[in-house]
Amino acid sequence: MKRQLPLALVFSFSLLMIIQYFIPHDISLYVNEFLLKWIYIIGIFAMALGIWSLVRVSMAKIKTKKEDWQYSIVTLVSLFLMILFGFDFFRHFFSAEGLKNQMFVHFFDYILIPIQASMFSLLAFFIASAAYRAFRAHSIVATLLLVSALIVMLRFNPYLGPVGAYMEKTASWLLNVPNLAAKRAIVIGIGLGSVATALKVMLGIERSYLGKD
Amino acid sequence: MNLFNRLMFLDRRWIFLLLALVCIITYVIPFEIPVTKTNEVRAIYNYIEALKPGDIIHLGVDYDPSSLAELHPMTYAIAEHAFRKNMKVIFTALSQNGPGMVDQAIRDLTDSMKLDRTYNGVFYKGREIKNGEDYAFLGYKPYPALVIYGMGQNYRIPFPSDYYGTPLDSIPIMKKVKNYDQVKCVVGIIAGNVADMWIVYGQGRYNFKLALGMTGVMGADYYPYLNTGQIFGIMGGLLGAAQYEDLADNQGPAKDGMRVQVFAHILIMIFIVLANIGFFMAKGSLMGKEVR
Repeated sequence: MKRQLPLALVFSFSLLMIIQYFIPHDISLYVNEFLLKWIYIIGIFAMALGIWSLVRVSMAKIKTKKEDWQYSIVTLVSLFLMILFGFDFFRHFFSAEGLKNQMFVHFFDYILIPIQASMFSLLAFFIASAAYRAFRAHSIVATLLLVSALIVMLRFNPYLGPVGAYMEKTASWLLNVPNLAAKRAIVIGIGLGSVATALKVMLGIERSYLGKD
Repeated sequence: MNLFNRLMFLDRRWIFLLLALVCIITYVIPFEIPVTKTNEVRAIYNYIEALKPGDIIHLGVDYDPSSLAELHPMTYAIAEHAFRKNMKVIFTALSQNGPGMVDQAIRDLTDSMKLDRTYNGVFYKGREIKNGEDYAFLGYKPYPALVIYGMGQNYRIPFPSDYYGTPLDSIPIMKKVKNYDQVKCVVGIIAGNVADMWIVYGQGRYNFKLALGMTGVMGADYYPYLNTGQIFGIMGGLLGAAQYEDLADNQGPAKDGMRVQVFAHILIMIFIVLANIGFFMAKGSLMGKEVR
């Protein structure tokens, strides 16, 4: 029963969702709307679980003073501070304030945005270094990659003069012919793989989501 | 170690230093970089330009601050273009930090829209854009695929109220909007796989006009959808944003950033060429050695 019931639920709801997709009737739309709302409700439990898990792991790290345990304090303080600013406890108890709260906005604008933007900006340096080391013409395939990368990078460079137009045409051909052919093959492969996996889950062949017990 | 060997084993700190210098110098010294316009960006601009005052577009702000440099200018350029032409904009956010990005963009656009401006020879008098009348910000909901799918039936399924808690039926511009059928187009500004979801669960299912703005590295992946007509335009990275700014005659952060990008690319190419010269000249004597 522990296994049969989830399998039966998965099969029946999968079938229901497939059927409703092809029937644009009011009842079918109502069923779809109803089920979509259920997914959001389930999602809220996942969020609570995520927060609980983060708190538990961080607390354990602080208690046992594991390596870099100080960062766990920062994590927990940041988490609860943003939650605190996200609600308006004083005027409307427990009503969501979010971006209406100035402290929340300031923390977002002046702490989160610079941190995330800086982290991503560092990529430019690592990409430059990686490109210097990786783009070596040590084989035919590597040479093709190197030449293609240079052409695509150069395609809109305004300082190339008359060569620029040829670069643009060649880059456009690279994107629209070889790139497109490879991408289409990958996308079709992924699509067929997704259908096969979905069928396996629906028919109970793939059961890893049920766990080991 | 001879010169060619040195080219092969150049310490990466020199690369970091030179790149930093190029970025700082080109950012500080103001000069204009000509931008070549591509058909895929032109298609988005022309479509929005052809819409009438009062038409509604949906702008999906589906990125976090990490992609801000590339994608924020797109949001600014498209939203201002729409507002100047008296169109209405529905904002949604399908990434966790998206609401903050929308909020920042709305605050800046509110200030910018108060100024008189002339774009492409047309004078636009400054005005105040109002929440509910000129735009609606529906906020963030998790599970992007389901949100996109749900909005196709009714915006009220994933978003019963807007970000500020106002029920959708009480928002003037949302009163006449049930689903994608009432919006002229959806422009998704995206970092990550939400782009696939817009195509599969949105355009594929509900057949609306969809255009995508995305980070530079994602661009090449979405050309197949452009050729099939599933999307009518692509803006790729800072270059795409700069092209839109240029077409809208509204110089912004993307065109400023292009100075840095062009010269950083030139520097990277010089390094690649030098490394290859070193590689060929020193070939044989360096077999098996690793480059730091």
